[in-house]
Amino acid sequence: MSGHSTNYEFKNPAVKWLDSRLPIFSLMKGQAMDFPTPKNLNYWWTFGGILAIMLVIQLISGIVLAMHYTPTADLAFNSVEHIMRDVNYGWLLRYMHANGASMFFIAVYIHIFRGMYYGSYKEPREVLWMIGVFIFIAMMATAFMGYVLPWGQMSFWGAKVITNLFSAIPFVGDSVVTWLWGGFNVADPTLNRFFSLHYLLPFVLAALVFLHIWALHIPGNNNPTGVEPKSGADTIPFHPYYTMKDLYAIVVFLMVMAAFMFFAPNYMGHADNYIPANPLVTPTHIVPEWYFLPFYAILRSVPDKLLGVIAMFSSLLILLVLPWLDSSKVRSGKYRPMFKWMFWIFVFDCLVLGVVGGNPAEGHWLIIGRIATFYYFLHFIILLPLVGLMEKPKPLPASISEDVLAKSDAKSS
Amino acid sequence: MKKLFKSLAIAGILGALMSPQAMASGDGPKNAKNYSFSFEGIFGTFDRAQLKRGFLVYQEVCAGCHGLKLVNYRNLAEPGGPEFTKTEAKAIAAEAEVNDGPNAEGEMFDRPGKLSDKFVSPYPNDEAAKAGNNGALPPDLSLITKSRSGWHGSLKSLYLYSLFNGSGGPEYITSLLAGYADDPHGEEKEGLNYNPYFTGNWIAMPSPLSDDGVEYADGTKATVEQQAKDVAVFLAWAAEPKMEERKKLGFMVLLYMLVFSVLLYLVKKAIWRNVKH
Repeated sequence: MSGHSTNYEFKNPAVKWLDSRLPIFSLMKGQAMDFPTPKNLNYWWTFGGILAIMLVIQLISGIVLAMHYTPTADLAFNSVEHIMRDVNYGWLLRYMHANGASMFFIAVYIHIFRGMYYGSYKEPREVLWMIGVFIFIAMMATAFMGYVLPWGQMSFWGAKVITNLFSAIPFVGDSVVTWLWGGFNVADPTLNRFFSLHYLLPFVLAALVFLHIWALHIPGNNNPTGVEPKSGADTIPFHPYYTMKDLYAIVVFLMVMAAFMFFAPNYMGHADNYIPANPLVTPTHIVPEWYFLPFYAILRSVPDKLLGVIAMFSSLLILLVLPWLDSSKVRSGKYRPMFKWMFWIFVFDCLVLGVVGGNPAEGHWLIIGRIATFYYFLHFIILLPLVGLMEKPKPLPASISEDVLAKSDAKSS
Repeated sequence: MKKLFKSLAIAGILGALMSPQAMASGDGPKNAKNYSFSFEGIFGTFDRAQLKRGFLVYQEVCAGCHGLKLVNYRNLAEPGGPEFTKTEAKAIAAEAEVNDGPNAEGEMFDRPGKLSDKFVSPYPNDEAAKAGNNGALPPDLSLITKSRSGWHGSLKSLYLYSLFNGSGGPEYITSLLAGYADDPHGEEKEGLNYNPYFTGNWIAMPSPLSDDGVEYADGTKATVEQQAKDVAVFLAWAAEPKMEERKKLGFMVLLYMLVFSVLLYLVKKAIWRNVKH
């Protein structure tokens, strides 16, 4: 179970030579092939592999797009259209990258909710979880800057609204915003630095993913029962069992992505972003990409600007302390009758926030948004610590094998 | 199964939350009429004859004020578009006057357009366009069907509606062009025209189309609605000239992946056959 790998005797002399000097083959064998993995992981666990593939797809399509893109305010919009119209399969690359970002977020949200339901953040996986939160934040920063690059109306005004949030910082706010923009408005220097950072951050992301996997390989995977593997009977080697299961899930996931890419490529985007950026014309509704909407709703439901910004960032950062907010010793939500309900209400609350974020902050939307924001924090700060103490968990299985056998007996009888 | 019911219940509650009643908002623009076009759907393709008619409408009616600057004349002869012959496209290009240069003497000069040129805009810059149109800027039409959506308020918030009906851009263009009317309150505004489909309901552009305003070579009767549809389809192509190629490739990709995923599933099942999990 530990990350330590013993040197394996390879037969191929070249492999043996290299491995005795730099044990990359031993490492691969120990960590990617023989790695003991609980045998009861369900399909929700395939999203880790799906996310790794999504990062690779975004990196490759993005690097090629960067070869054809021009990051200056005068040319950016037309260079994207040049990619769409004149570059061989440029339309394919761009739709892959744009829809890829959305699919990346769909996968990461499922991955996060899976971790929440099965208590994957609990001891001894706190650091693994926290690195995951940093990955999520880095992803959001990357996606936000990427959306600015086509330099359409939503790019420009989205960038303006979000960067303007920093003006809420007391005393130095305005200076910070000027510094971020590189001028007195979102303009050419802003676009230039966003392009530079949009190219840089994915590699930071890749490094964080490496740490995330490292931190995963110390305690090993959590599993649907939340009971740690007790013996060899509870685990199977990662390869070929999970390599094949993950690969199957990846292809199914990519089919969904392909369906969007080829048949509804602009569904998850916004029509206004096909209008070139114009600092003099404000769109009627400035809306960020769909995956930011819940956080955008939290921002707007607080009447004070500074407090709104604090609430929005808190809603993300609170995830970092989640392992210590949940007082229950039982990991998996399967055995927690009250938490189970709470979890689904929380998921629903996040969806409601998403819908609210996409609508103007007025009338009943404002009220719904405030209730949903209040509940979001209530869930973490009050309910999670309290319910862990109050509820009576169902009996846990003695081991993964026992749980598996009980299930297969129930099926056959 | 239990899980499935749970997710269905959640979807149901969300759906109720987004129902039209819950979403009723002020009097914005009217929803576009949901015209059906030949290019919709997974196998949809453009109707070549319709694209050619739409091009005629653009050329004779719209091009006086609206540019199409992202489209090249060569695109007119490329597969997936109106598919004019190369000779026809060359002749269309040659009608335009392109400012080129500088030549060897350092002078700018005018020459007839070539296939490699982009559509020449009617005005040299936005300021000139505004000056010629009472201060209103006629937008470039290259991306007009992608940058406008036809569904508002309740329809827009029904996310599934846009998934199956698109953003409604071409429908909006058609509805707008064929939708000029008298203001129901009998109001008139200087330099503005009532159109229920336009944001704010008052548009600077006067109704551009009239019955038999153009003469179709293929004998199609040129009603206002017919011209509106034809030019909307032409503009839909101008905004997305690779649409046919995209859908064709997409079908093959999905077919391939479907077969591949079935094989992967069978391999996975075979590998896992002896593991109780």
